[in-house]
Amino acid sequence: MPLMNVFDIAGSGMNAQSLRLNTTASNMANADAASSSINQTYRSRQPVFQAVMEDAAGQYRGVGRSTDPNAIAKVRVLGVVESKAPVRSIHDPSHPLADAKGFVHYPNVNAVEEMANMISASRSYQSNVEVFNASKQMMLRTLTLGQ
Amino acid sequence: MAINIDTALGIYPHTLRLRAARAEILAANLANSDTPNFKARDLDFQAALARSLAGTLGDSLTLAATRAGHMDGENAQLGGVVRYRNPMQPSIDGNTVETEVEQAEFARNAMHYQATLTFLGGRIKTLMTALRGD
Repeated sequence: MPLMNVFDIAGSGMNAQSLRLNTTASNMANADAASSSINQTYRSRQPVFQAVMEDAAGQYRGVGRSTDPNAIAKVRVLGVVESKAPVRSIHDPSHPLADAKGFVHYPNVNAVEEMANMISASRSYQSNVEVFNASKQMMLRTLTLGQ
Repeated sequence: MAINIDTALGIYPHTLRLRAARAEILAANLANSDTPNFKARDLDFQAALARSLAGTLGDSLTLAATRAGHMDGENAQLGGVVRYRNPMQPSIDGNTVETEVEQAEFARNAMHYQATLTFLGGRIKTLMTALRGD
């Protein structure tokens, strides 16, 4: 029954988007976490999404694009990568965490990017919820067919 | 006159199945709206319905393979009727899902599904009336 798969698909989408919201929250929370060493400074974390193709029976059919026309695509989080952007190093010898040269290192979190990410993730989550609800309605009406 | 359930229900079982399949494809598009390089797909409904009515569109059941050389008949299923969507504004990351378009199509598809259910319910009621004869 294809409609049953819709719940899995929307669920995978909600899962991925909520993880994206989590990383955004983590980035925002740590945006000003000072450190005395570049290596120990928090780096902005971003999830990487990947489409996973499965056939109607739920069998794995590869990732990305599939040649199988029946394959349906769920989404999964391939991993979380740390941003390669340079950390912000500010000269502030009076800071308790200043290093030997008087620099304090702040994470490479871009607050504007994170806000845009948050709104995008929240909207995508909502559209998955709508798909879920609409499919539920379709399912329930199908169950009462002929009554 | 023999009562044949298949002909009594008309086109609606076919459309219902295809509407459900299309809901799945559109839901996959929406779930992957932020996946890099994902290409949005849609069901060519007219072609799928024509093939469904002609009986050349198999369902998701695969054929029994009793020997190594047997093919699983995949191409006889939704092959050729699922197409990639032409995006109006493809993203820079190679994603061609346009959330608004997909949402609109999903809502439309859900409405058609409900309409088909209503028609199918009417057919079933008609059959029940004929069977009861009262």
